[in-house]
Amino acid sequence: MDFGFTIAAYAVAGVLFILSLGGLSGQESAKRAVWYGIAGMAIAVVATLIGPGAGLWLMSLILIAAGAGVGYQLATKVQMTQMPELVAIMHSLVGLAAVFVGFNAHIELVNVAEVLGAAGLSFPQPEGPMAPPVYELIGTLSNFAALLAKKTAVEVGILRVELVLGIWIGAVTFTGSVIAYGKLAGRVNSAAKQLPGGHMLNAGAAGASVLLAAMYLGGAGGWTLILLTLLALFIGYHLIMGIGGADMPVVVSMLNSYSGWAAAAIGFSLGNDLLIVVGALVGSSGAILSYIMCKAMNRSFVSVILGGFGGAKGEQQAIEGEQIAIDSDGVAAALNEADSVIIVPGYGMAVAQAQQAVSELTRKLRTAGKTVRFAIHPVAGRLPGHMNVLLAEAKVPYDIVLEMDEINEDFPNTDVVIVIGSNDIVNPAAQDDPNSPIAGMPVLEVWKAKQVFVSKRGQGTGYSGIENPLFFKDNTRMFYGDAKKSLDELLPKIA
Amino acid sequence: MCCYGAARHGHVKEGMTVKIGAPKEIEPGEARVAMTPDSALQLQKLGYECVIETGAGAAAGFTDAAYQAAGVEVVKTAAALWKAADIVAKVRPPNATEAKRFREGQLLISFFWPGQNEKLMETAKAAGTNVIAMDMVPRISRAQKMDALSSMANIAGYRAVIEAGNNFGRFFTGQVTAAGKVPPAKVLVVGAGVAGLAAIGTATSLGAITYAFDVRPEVAEQIESMGAEFVFLEFSADELPDGAATGGYAPPQSPEFQAKQLAKFREIAPEMDIVITTALIPGRPAPLLWTKDMVAAMKPGSVIIDLAAERGGNCELTKADERVVSDNGVVIIGYTDFPSRMAAQASTLYSTNIRHMMADLTPGKDGSVNHNMEDDVIRGATAVFGGEITYPPPPPKVAAIAAQKREKPKELTPEEKRAAEVAAFKAQTKNQVTLLAVGGALVLGVGLIAPASFMQHFIVFVLSVFIGFQVIWNVAHSLHTPLMAVTNAISSIVILGALMQIGSSSVLITLLAALGIFMAAVNIFGGFLVTRRMLAMFQKS
Repeated sequence: MDFGFTIAAYAVAGVLFILSLGGLSGQESAKRAVWYGIAGMAIAVVATLIGPGAGLWLMSLILIAAGAGVGYQLATKVQMTQMPELVAIMHSLVGLAAVFVGFNAHIELVNVAEVLGAAGLSFPQPEGPMAPPVYELIGTLSNFAALLAKKTAVEVGILRVELVLGIWIGAVTFTGSVIAYGKLAGRVNSAAKQLPGGHMLNAGAAGASVLLAAMYLGGAGGWTLILLTLLALFIGYHLIMGIGGADMPVVVSMLNSYSGWAAAAIGFSLGNDLLIVVGALVGSSGAILSYIMCKAMNRSFVSVILGGFGGAKGEQQAIEGEQIAIDSDGVAAALNEADSVIIVPGYGMAVAQAQQAVSELTRKLRTAGKTVRFAIHPVAGRLPGHMNVLLAEAKVPYDIVLEMDEINEDFPNTDVVIVIGSNDIVNPAAQDDPNSPIAGMPVLEVWKAKQVFVSKRGQGTGYSGIENPLFFKDNTRMFYGDAKKSLDELLPKIA
Repeated sequence: MCCYGAARHGHVKEGMTVKIGAPKEIEPGEARVAMTPDSALQLQKLGYECVIETGAGAAAGFTDAAYQAAGVEVVKTAAALWKAADIVAKVRPPNATEAKRFREGQLLISFFWPGQNEKLMETAKAAGTNVIAMDMVPRISRAQKMDALSSMANIAGYRAVIEAGNNFGRFFTGQVTAAGKVPPAKVLVVGAGVAGLAAIGTATSLGAITYAFDVRPEVAEQIESMGAEFVFLEFSADELPDGAATGGYAPPQSPEFQAKQLAKFREIAPEMDIVITTALIPGRPAPLLWTKDMVAAMKPGSVIIDLAAERGGNCELTKADERVVSDNGVVIIGYTDFPSRMAAQASTLYSTNIRHMMADLTPGKDGSVNHNMEDDVIRGATAVFGGEITYPPPPPKVAAIAAQKREKPKELTPEEKRAAEVAAFKAQTKNQVTLLAVGGALVLGVGLIAPASFMQHFIVFVLSVFIGFQVIWNVAHSLHTPLMAVTNAISSIVILGALMQIGSSSVLITLLAALGIFMAAVNIFGGFLVTRRMLAMFQKS
């Protein structure tokens, strides 16, 4: 098939991908948008398979079918609460694939140079028209090698830059995603941990990477590339190990962004426009998501990536009072009396798998004619929009699930707020205490409601390790216990 | 400060318990009662004993037996009650007979209207009785729980609509039936205070098309939140009186404003089926808002409910406590006892207001009154204390809630607003231009050293990044997880690279490429399937 046809197919696929991302602006159009994405991907793969440059297409098809089988298993078996882990581990696959493709390009480059060198021809090609013998030789090479063989010195130099970038970003993405997966799945301790030396180690590794990259570009052998990859793998590991579990939403979207940039870099080295387009789309999308998350926490991107909350800047306000516990009868009585209820879910709800019970509670309260709404903080959970997905899974209608800005003003008119497994996002210290580590972070102003119930496992502090004055307020009652068990106990008591 | 528990040496029965009593209301037609069995239970928790006159709750549906069951002592006569009770809770201000029963050290909690009842204040002062006027509770947020005017106004607003429905010959809601089409009723509510808002809510929920007017433009939002349409007057903002300065009540208005207002009413009068007027100005007769000619312009069968009838009425034809039918068949209702017409509900709410007042008066929950004159709310509501008339109270230290709200929109005059907009626009332009300049310089710099074949791809890259930025900002927050899954799936586009390399002659390359293809395929299918699963779950209620 002609090369022009492939390019045309790529253009169509590119448009479909853009429509796919754009369609995610609304719940209904999103359902259509996925199909655009699927169609785009199908067109891109088919066009590449039948187009020039591909070989062994039977084997390719078999591999794709095998991958499809594994992917299908993963996607259908996964619990919705494990969604963050799944997304994280899948990023690692893209990163690793990018590393492989990058290495292939390097190996092929070396091969081509050898073949041409053995034939006594120059490589890279000098400027101007190529000598006829080169054409003949290129005809005998595989398609990909032929593409490389035609490049001039500057082009080869740029190809190497892109290749190094692609491999480096891909490797960071790979180990970073694996660690993020481990932290989200609870297989790696989610606390921020660093080797002695901390960020100096990262900086050192990054510096060494730049040096190795320069050596590779200067003509040093493949060993520089391997060493560089190892360093990148270490950076990915160490960087993410140093970031705590609650910052994972930012990390996951950041890794998402990286996997996109890696794809774009690979696209440059292969001269493939579709890879560049999609890589850039994914890269910028991840970057914007990270930015939105950081803004929601009132923290700079750098401080999130460097890990952990900064120390307190001064004396933090002492908290007076005590946490008053309440049992399910008390909560039920208050709920039965209330007209308007707002539920604030957090990571604790996901951990306890309590979303079904929450949904059941919502249904009962709504049947009783009460207004029930959900307030979602932008960084609730471990993935952007995590709570929305869980609530949707439990069949909570999405039009009563509101964002922080939409609902924050309504708290003073609300009878009962139920906080389920969230802590820092409802901490009044963010507004009241300028010395608090989370000062200035926008929070849900739940304490302005008439009554607040906090469902929480115990008296411990949240991820950031700071006390939450909310728990000590007069209108707050602590409903201790596992969120799911507490709610199951509460449900039969709701009229 | 004064402790009633300690002051009553003469008539102690057992221990030193203070008694709260509620007599039967004497006023003809008054069905409310100041204590219910429920509120009595709560008062007992504060450490008080409760007494009630026999039959006091009968008109509101509370039997003596119900009171007894709640541990309330029932006494036979009003005289016995006034004698037994250290604290008397009433609804209406005491009449002359009751005033004779005032005694030293007694506390009376009731509607009192001290501004209009100077004689009564003098009597109380002479008798040494302390008076808390429920109608004088300051309108600050802390005191809302004892704001009896609001709770009664709420009932009046609701009942006004019900009363209107009773006198109105049609449905409120529009219907299309086999027997013909019914147009919806159009209701105008004048004055969006508590009563007005309650009326709006009730009328809207019955299905009427509701319009509302108020001289305070800041309540437009509240009106709209209740489901009514705000009737706007074209009037510049600085000419408007400051409603917030008078403790949340609408102030008197300038003649020009009044003229405009009447003109607007005249214009819409023929369309309205039901008009509910609730406009009151503190310490003044009710403003005249609905003139004879407006009534004449209305359709026969229309209904006007005048909630200001007690203070002269907002409608020219209103007669207090009467149902009048105009010459053209418009029913004008001037009842003044709307809360009493829903005595059970009104008593429940009023007794709760009293109970909250008692809770504030009893900070120790020990059954002894701490009449703290430093407290804004208690000071504001107290009309007579310790043999002195303490009315009118000084302005409360805490300003009314409405006052703060007013300030925000006030700060921005049109010029300032425009200036702010221009400044924001300039800052944005500056930002964008700087970004574009820096970005452009970078791109040009790359262009200087890179070959043309690279630049062709580079253009594609830059434009794609740009499209990505434009598109992603619009993605709904709730869809961020699906977005990640989709971008994850499509980032496995690296499969194209692997597909192009797999045909290589080198075994190592083929192997690596094969692995790449496999992993990317996992990602493609996993990513898209998971996204589909997630999106399928989002559903509307």
